[in-house]
Amino acid sequence: MTAFGKLIRTTAFRLTLVYLFLFALFAASLLGYFAWNTRRMITEQIATTVNEETGELSDIFGRRGLHGLVFNIENRALRPGANLYLVTTPAGQAIAGNVGSLAPGVMATSGWSETAYRRLDEQDSADHRALVHVSELGGGFRLLIGRDLEERRRLFGIVAKAAQWSVLIVVVLGLGGGIFVARRVLRRIDAMTGTTQRIMAGDLSGRLPVGRSGDELDRLAENLNAMLERIEALMMGLKEVSDNIAHDLKTPLTRLRNRAEEALAKSGSEAEYRSALERTIEESDGLIRTFNALLMIARAESGQARGNMDDFDAADVANGIHELYEPLAEDDGMTLLVKTASTLLHGNRELISQALANLVENAIKYGKPVATAQPLSAGAVAATDSREIMIESRRDGDSILLSVTDHGPGIPEADRKHAVERFVRLEASRTQPGSGLGLSLASAVATLHGGELRLADAHPGLTAILAIPATAVIGDRLAAQTPDVPQKVA
Amino acid sequence: MRLLVIEDDRESADYLAKAFREVGYVADLAGDGEEGLALAESGEYDVLVVDRMLPKRDGLSLIGALREKGNRTPVLILSALGQVDDRIKGLRAGGDDYLPKPYAFAELLARVEVLSRRHGGPAEETTYRVGDLELDRLSHRVARGKDELTLQPREFRLLEYLMKHAGQVVTRTMLLENVWDYHFDPQTNVIDVHISRLRSKIDKGFERPLLHTIRGAGYMIRDGIR
Repeated sequence: MTAFGKLIRTTAFRLTLVYLFLFALFAASLLGYFAWNTRRMITEQIATTVNEETGELSDIFGRRGLHGLVFNIENRALRPGANLYLVTTPAGQAIAGNVGSLAPGVMATSGWSETAYRRLDEQDSADHRALVHVSELGGGFRLLIGRDLEERRRLFGIVAKAAQWSVLIVVVLGLGGGIFVARRVLRRIDAMTGTTQRIMAGDLSGRLPVGRSGDELDRLAENLNAMLERIEALMMGLKEVSDNIAHDLKTPLTRLRNRAEEALAKSGSEAEYRSALERTIEESDGLIRTFNALLMIARAESGQARGNMDDFDAADVANGIHELYEPLAEDDGMTLLVKTASTLLHGNRELISQALANLVENAIKYGKPVATAQPLSAGAVAATDSREIMIESRRDGDSILLSVTDHGPGIPEADRKHAVERFVRLEASRTQPGSGLGLSLASAVATLHGGELRLADAHPGLTAILAIPATAVIGDRLAAQTPDVPQKVA
Repeated sequence: MRLLVIEDDRESADYLAKAFREVGYVADLAGDGEEGLALAESGEYDVLVVDRMLPKRDGLSLIGALREKGNRTPVLILSALGQVDDRIKGLRAGGDDYLPKPYAFAELLARVEVLSRRHGGPAEETTYRVGDLELDRLSHRVARGKDELTLQPREFRLLEYLMKHAGQVVTRTMLLENVWDYHFDPQTNVIDVHISRLRSKIDKGFERPLLHTIRGAGYMIRDGIR
């Protein structure tokens, strides 16, 4: 498409054309109305003057006879810019006045008419037009009084010309303005299109230019930018996940393969083969667990697990998990406590239990108090030397909180956001076993329920809170009203 | 025990047949849903092991067709879809147990054995006995010999489940599913800790242990003499 073609196809330009037509029409009709009214007004004025003079002269004729009339008319006719006067005998002979010639038959009919005429003193000039009134005096004499219409014609001409010009100006300015606006819009749209094309080509870092005017295009650009931001974050997340999968799944796979190879290469005893195979199975079990956790997270994140929601008491979940993990914690030298307030929760019980279980497992694994090596903070040491883990369920305003608090080293504030990400094992915990998916799963479960996983400082230690809005009940009921997508039969 | 394995992956099916044969069971194979349905209807099987995704007729519809005809043979569903809701769907369709792939054979075997027992076994008893250990399900009383044992409610349920399947291997996931009703896979050895607590109550101080750990599979309660 040519540049001009693009220009005239813009919405701005098309709108300009429509407005242009409307404004031109408006200007023309305004001036037309003005011209017509002016013409009428002038005509009326002429008629009034002529009627007055007719009255006066008839009066003079009545009082002073023909001579008086003729004398008076000759006087009037001599004034500059005078009206037209003509007095004729019953035979049609002109006896007074300043009219040289008239269209034939004008004098014969009484009343108003428009006629071409010529003055006595301008024989050679072209015909003029006049509005005349003919009246009958006594004795067959006729009197014509008229007014040149040149003035009216000139005025009308001026208005017509003004109309022409104003329409022309409207059109020229309008077109110019339209092109200007259209080009401005087009430039911005072109910039946006260019950016989107770059983005489509794979450069996700591109952003649309945002002006300072805050107009609708800027708002659009801002929203599109926010969307791009989100897409980029998601893409980055995906890339990070695939990198991490590559690392965290390939590493054990490589180990597994190496072990099998090693066992094959050397001719060992049956016991050696057996132990190699056992380690292989162990390793693959670990892989399967990681894989299951990943699938679970993906399901929770995509909202597929929303089908299995029901109402249950959050306290039951907390108590159940406490009951399951209490012996394990004790074996590990920790004390697992539970404090519950009964609160109804709507959600996927299994997933919430698992999320809470993950938090408890983390607390048992990482929540042991750190040995403080600073003698000065002896008081602090006493305070931190708590091997208690607290599971708590309570309601806080619109949120249902399921929290697990330990008094271990905690997570530095800067790392907390990072800690929730998939496969992230903070440096301190690299040596501990685990898939690094526990917090991510808990976070995904919270997100699925419209809530979030919060990590906070327990002074010292970590409080991991599953905050689930109580309003999720309503949201889910609404969602439940939408027709179910037919489930794929496996 | 006669088993029918309906699985379209030839290699998995052969492996299963061989593994079952090694523990002394007979396993027939079917490669698709139609063949599996025909065999399941005609043959006398103790347990069916059905893959969920099968050519010609999928596993769930096969089970549905069987149940409609009044065939009550216990069915264990194998599926690559291991999620909770898939499991629920499988059980609703008429399956008796659900095992996600990949699985350990020991797990499959333990579940199949429990299923076969459930099918042909005697009606639910009110008192379980293993050796001199006695559990009264109505009064919640547990005694070993002359000693009355005090168990926590969960320990009681754990022991009850183990004793119900006395002489059979019970895996950790089976315990987690049946005693705690959780279907996730803990990353830690929580079940082992509960077992060791239970063990300290029922076996400690007695000459003959009843609660045995079966390496690589799970646990079993049985009288050592048997």
